Amino acid sequence: MSEATAELQEKEVKKSEPLFSKKNKKLITDPLNDDNPITVQVLGICSALAITVQVKQAFVMSISVLFVLVAGNVIISLLRNTIPSRIRIIVQLVIVASLVILVDQVLKAFVYDVSKQLSVFVGLIITNCIIMGRLEAFALGNKPGPALLDGIGNSLGYGWILIAVAVVREFFGSGKFWGFQLLGDSSVGSGLYSIGYMNNNLMVLPPMALIVVGVIIWIQRSKNTKLIEAH
Amino acid sequence: MAINKEGTGFTFGFAIIMVVVVGALLSLAAMGLKPFQKENLKQEQMKNILGSVGIEVEMSEASANFDKFIVKRIMLDSDGNVLNEKSGQIATLANDGQDAFDADPFNVDIKKEYRGLASSERRYPLFICEKDGQTLYIVPMVGKGLWGPIWGFISLKDDLNTVYGANFDHKTETPGLGAEINTSLFTDQFKDDRIFDEKGEFTSIAVKKSATGDNPHAVDGITGGTITSVGVSKMVERTLKVYVPYFKNLKAA
Repeated sequence: MSEATAELQEKEVKKSEPLFSKKNKKLITDPLNDDNPITVQVLGICSALAITVQVKQAFVMSISVLFVLVAGNVIISLLRNTIPSRIRIIVQLVIVASLVILVDQVLKAFVYDVSKQLSVFVGLIITNCIIMGRLEAFALGNKPGPALLDGIGNSLGYGWILIAVAVVREFFGSGKFWGFQLLGDSSVGSGLYSIGYMNNNLMVLPPMALIVVGVIIWIQRSKNTKLIEAH
Repeated sequence: MAINKEGTGFTFGFAIIMVVVVGALLSLAAMGLKPFQKENLKQEQMKNILGSVGIEVEMSEASANFDKFIVKRIMLDSDGNVLNEKSGQIATLANDGQDAFDADPFNVDIKKEYRGLASSERRYPLFICEKDGQTLYIVPMVGKGLWGPIWGFISLKDDLNTVYGANFDHKTETPGLGAEINTSLFTDQFKDDRIFDEKGEFTSIAVKKSATGDNPHAVDGITGGTITSVGVSKMVERTLKVYVPYFKNLKAA
């Protein structure tokens, strides 16, 4: 997943096109790598730690954040000339909160089991710094078109890190991908487990998410020269 | 006259309109999605009922398996008299109307019964399951944990004394402590425990400190989850007690 996205991203950057489309394209591509909300801006870390035990959870979470961020960005951008600046944070909060409640209700209705596993973390999307950050920093000052792209870009940047971490954690922690057993059944000891392989239980615990995110940041900084800070 | 967008009037107006619009949209969505959510809760309850007799199914298959294994649903009053017996399709509000809905033991919300009604007016559901040629009696229960509600099901073998299985769940118990009541490590202890002593007196099953496997009337509580453990203990006792007259009648018959 991560490699594929990185490749895609490289390809798009290489194609140098007219200024306007390039600028708009950067709204989507920047958050995937150079300006990733998790690995570079280090926002939204708490949810990245909490719900990356299984790929399915991470995926549903990413989709939820995508919806909230894109819809929030567009709505705020449409209202940007109307919102009284004195209450703009409250307005943003109300809009984000309603979108999150909507997502929560829809999840409860259609993917009940996942919504039970995500429990409070869907509600906590409201406090995800990425969302308020993008609304305040971008949507309030830009037209709906770019705001839409910015929302997509940032939530994809958030989503791919989330899913990458989840793939690692689910594979090493429970030997599965999306709930499918890849290495045999650990409870009865079949497949790889019959020759003494064991799941790494630390992978299932939150600290390991921090370490995996750290490793991703390390790899990213060693590859991407733009991110290396001069001292 | 141009509107002053920074004026207090506009700010208030904006806030009021926004709240009304958002409120209306959200309540519309909540109402529209309610039937789906109710259906999910129903299936989850079926899944939990089946879980107490050791049948683990996915949510999507809960309904089919429920129809297959649960052969009868009974509603009792507080003296152990049968008020109602149902089998087959579960009555729904949409298809069967309010009266039929209320009469179906599956639809009895025991949490509400315990909260709102005097003990003599409460209705107590009981589910009868046929599995591997055995008749099992499933008792649903609700109680209080440390932070919020706990609930569960205990199934009895056809001697109406020995526990076949149990499962519990909770809303907000502490993870790693009280929340452990929903793990098999805890619930498996209930298996083969007995609710009546040798003389035939009701003794219930207590959850307490360092109870060993030898004691058929107690299970080991959860370290660090004492209040939740006591909650389970109380819930099991107060619920099973109500069914004792019915079980005695059944055994005498």
